[in-house]
Amino acid sequence: MVLVWGPQAVKKICDKCNHPATVHEVEIVKGQKIEKHLCDDHAREEGIAVGADYKPINELLTNFVKMHSGSAPAHDLVCDNCGMGFSEFRENSLLGCPQCYIAFEAPLSPLLERAQDNGTHHIGKVPQRCGIGERRQEQLLRMRNRLAEAVKSEDFELAARLRDDISQFEGVVE
Amino acid sequence: MTLGRITTNAGEWLRGAGPRSDVVLSSRVRLARNLAGFPFVSRSSRRQREEILERCRDQIMNGQLAENVLWVGLVECPQVDCQLLVERHLISRQHARANDLARAVAVDTNETFSIMVNEEDHLRIAVLRSGVQLAEAFEQVNRIDNIIEKKLDYAFSKRFGYLTACPTNVGTGMRVSVMLHLPALKLTGEIDKVRRAARDIHLAVRGLFGEGSEAHGDLYQISNQTTLGRSEQEILSEFEHTVVPQIIAYEQQARQALLQQRSVQLDDKIWRAWAILTQARMLGSEEVLTLLSHLRLGVNLGRIQTVDIQTINELFLLSQPAHLQKINGSAMEGAVRRQGRAELIRRRLGAAD
Repeated sequence: MVLVWGPQAVKKICDKCNHPATVHEVEIVKGQKIEKHLCDDHAREEGIAVGADYKPINELLTNFVKMHSGSAPAHDLVCDNCGMGFSEFRENSLLGCPQCYIAFEAPLSPLLERAQDNGTHHIGKVPQRCGIGERRQEQLLRMRNRLAEAVKSEDFELAARLRDDISQFEGVVE
Repeated sequence: MTLGRITTNAGEWLRGAGPRSDVVLSSRVRLARNLAGFPFVSRSSRRQREEILERCRDQIMNGQLAENVLWVGLVECPQVDCQLLVERHLISRQHARANDLARAVAVDTNETFSIMVNEEDHLRIAVLRSGVQLAEAFEQVNRIDNIIEKKLDYAFSKRFGYLTACPTNVGTGMRVSVMLHLPALKLTGEIDKVRRAARDIHLAVRGLFGEGSEAHGDLYQISNQTTLGRSEQEILSEFEHTVVPQIIAYEQQARQALLQQRSVQLDDKIWRAWAILTQARMLGSEEVLTLLSHLRLGVNLGRIQTVDIQTINELFLLSQPAHLQKINGSAMEGAVRRQGRAELIRRRLGAAD
């Protein structure tokens, strides 16, 4: 059995429906060539493993890095809140802050989709009080970031002011 | 209150009394949560981690979660105690190695739950039960989550759900796992098929102590990998009604096949295990896990009646290095430790001297 993946494949439509064919298989039975072109669903039906070459995200990331090794990006994508670069995330697969999910959305989405079995959107529990809105979460994150920087540069006056701002901000009910 | 009580009491999850405990030792459900408005642990400053710790401690220790909750700061905690918590599956190995004052764990004294603070995520809430009790474990972990969330805002987005440091946890933040004892699948060489099948449906298969550990004692942890795009109920139900029953059925088939086709070889393994465990004067920890596994199989199949399941379950734990040293009351290394292990096992199996 020979499996042909990707651009080498010619036929674009599944043999059994109108969906695009993603699995292309050539089988030789008694000297006769049988071609199969199937979409994901019909391939699964036929017992052909689709996406079975699932790999944990760490491995995906390592491969991704390998793919790009030697041609390090001139400007790395950086989270404007915490300063984490996408290349750093690729190395240890940990994000820096909640805002990274937005900053890295474009390169992260395909990785996430593969690691999460095509899951792209949350379904399930939502914080009971509905938490605080996403904008407020972001504002709070940025205020705390400025506070951490003020403390680091020993600007205690600014730090005290920011601390007051944060507790006031947290006290305000949306 | 100290860890002393934890050493002498075996946790609820080890009683071996839960449903299907012939194959499933324990069920575990854990939630990963982060506080809104703070960077994740690896990118936070010491002050921020301390603030996170204080906020979490106030909410965890306010008496609403359980009558008795033990709070352990991991830097002040002696190394052998940290190791003990790892052996009990109450903290991760990563958490135990921490050299950070802002890392802690809260454990209820019945050992039904543990909450790690400032591990990879701000909060890792886990509930452990014996046998197959996933729905019950989820019910409890969900209740704990609701109590903590009354006062603390979580980082949450409509699209991605609960935001976590590693995107492999994002969404529900929920990891469901069962600890399985699969000696017959191992003996019949079928275990690799199960591993492959599990991977194909996006499940992770690990050894006794999680990531990167080997399956000593034929103990395997199986857990979900997908956390985004599927609800908690979907993930739990697939586990409880499809995955676990299927693996149990495979293991039972393998056990029956051994009984019918290789009963002499099977009995030989079981009784050799019994002979060595009751007679040896020095035992290594891996060797013990293998022998206990064969003995446990023998008891479950009714081939040996001289020992009960609970004793074997306890020995899986008590023969681990930190437990041995806590029972002994002092540090033990190398040959002395192997000697102490053999003695403990002989005593527990009623075969001392």
